[in-house]
Amino acid sequence: MSVPLKVIYNEESTKSIGNDLRKVAVQPIVNYSNISKSYGDLQVLRNIDLDIAPGEKVALIGPSGSGKTTLARLLMTLEEPTSGTIEVDGEMLWHQKTNGKLVKANEKHLHKVRGNIGMVFQHFNLFPHMTILRNVMEAPRNVLGLSKEEAMERAVTMLKQVGLANKIDVYPAQLSGGQKQRVAIARALVMRPKVMIFDEPTSALDPELVGEVLEVIKAIAAEGEMAMLLITHEMDFARDVADRILFFDQGRIIEQGPPKRIFNNPESERLQTFLSRFNRH
Amino acid sequence: MWSWDYTLLILPQILEALKITVSATFVAFAVALVGGLILTLARRSDFKPLSLFAQGFIEFVRSTPLLVQLYFIFYVLPEHGLSLSPFIAGVIGLGLHYSTYLSEVYRGGIESIPPGQWEAAKALNFTPLETWRKIILPQSIPPVIPVMGNYLITMFKETPVLSAITLVEIMQTAKMLGSHSFRYLEAFTIVGVLFLVLSYSSSLMVRRLEVRLNLR
Repeated sequence: MSVPLKVIYNEESTKSIGNDLRKVAVQPIVNYSNISKSYGDLQVLRNIDLDIAPGEKVALIGPSGSGKTTLARLLMTLEEPTSGTIEVDGEMLWHQKTNGKLVKANEKHLHKVRGNIGMVFQHFNLFPHMTILRNVMEAPRNVLGLSKEEAMERAVTMLKQVGLANKIDVYPAQLSGGQKQRVAIARALVMRPKVMIFDEPTSALDPELVGEVLEVIKAIAAEGEMAMLLITHEMDFARDVADRILFFDQGRIIEQGPPKRIFNNPESERLQTFLSRFNRH
Repeated sequence: MWSWDYTLLILPQILEALKITVSATFVAFAVALVGGLILTLARRSDFKPLSLFAQGFIEFVRSTPLLVQLYFIFYVLPEHGLSLSPFIAGVIGLGLHYSTYLSEVYRGGIESIPPGQWEAAKALNFTPLETWRKIILPQSIPPVIPVMGNYLITMFKETPVLSAITLVEIMQTAKMLGSHSFRYLEAFTIVGVLFLVLSYSSSLMVRRLEVRLNLR
């Protein structure tokens, strides 16, 4: 990991639930403040406090249904929090100040703040009626307002970076799962978000295709200033790429810390049980 | 007894009226296409009054006969200041009636788009309008074109009902010719054949279109 950390960990307090970072005069790129989410009677997230530093790579691990994906979706504005606030680069996401009062954000405000966040989905979600090139070009053209030439240039560069420059006139249906996901990564990356969410990017792939996608994500992580929220079951990958691991269970962050400690010295019983399933002895 | 001479005599007049039938069909279809899409979007709207109005309109129109709706537009509206010609009243009535059916077709097409498409569009920060224009409609409309084609043919066969509001299309023409000469056989046979030939050939074209779209 060549990305310089901009925060200092307080190792002693990793036992506590919640944010254990001591911020060193750098504003977090993402802040979840007392975030809860329920669907009717089912509470999926409970009072989450979390800061993500600019450029930090955070891996979310935990059993299915523990709330990791919901946490990511709240940031991507695909779901609305039941209570609590989210800030992105210092600006409130779901709320805005009108006449000095804090009210629910309107679509215009959401659109403005959402531009900082990108997402790669488990099932790719490529646009089937467009070629690969157009899939990657469409948002820069329509959302960022780039000219056709500029958008195409950026798109081709991005597709080269993920190793698919020779497939630009192909339609998604003609690609393998690994190739589709790489296109999806290029498509999200070309928008240059400050935070990128990867929601189980390899979970829907055949095992032999997983590697090519993880390699691309690792290369992206090594490159840049972009913060990453990685939801994954690939523990080796999380260990390699992440600056910090968050272990979720039943809507709470049970334990968090650097990969070395989390994987080698898990403190909580729940994390130990969870990790034991991944041991290949 | 069938008279070919008489048939040839009346044919030009019926073909002239065919122009009315065909143009009424296409104009009404255009109204239905636009109206149907507006209704579908209105029904999906987050703005409750609009959504409820659209739903109510659809239920009302589908639950009452086309003929009653046409009488209303042509005979009742003038009493409240809006007088329309038979053609205009006819295409509005026929068009609005079928817009409720086309609205269902659009709805089916739109709802068949996987939620992931909407989510990907949102993740890329497309505006709702851009999402509809670039992502959703281009995917949802081509699959429903064959069904729309079938509705076009249905509307074509429905045009005789417009004779009730004095629009002189081919059926009304045949009726007038018949009552004039007391010979109904040739007139109605011509009309029947015209409907048969045009409907059937159109349905063949729709089927060809379907095949072409599937192969893509």
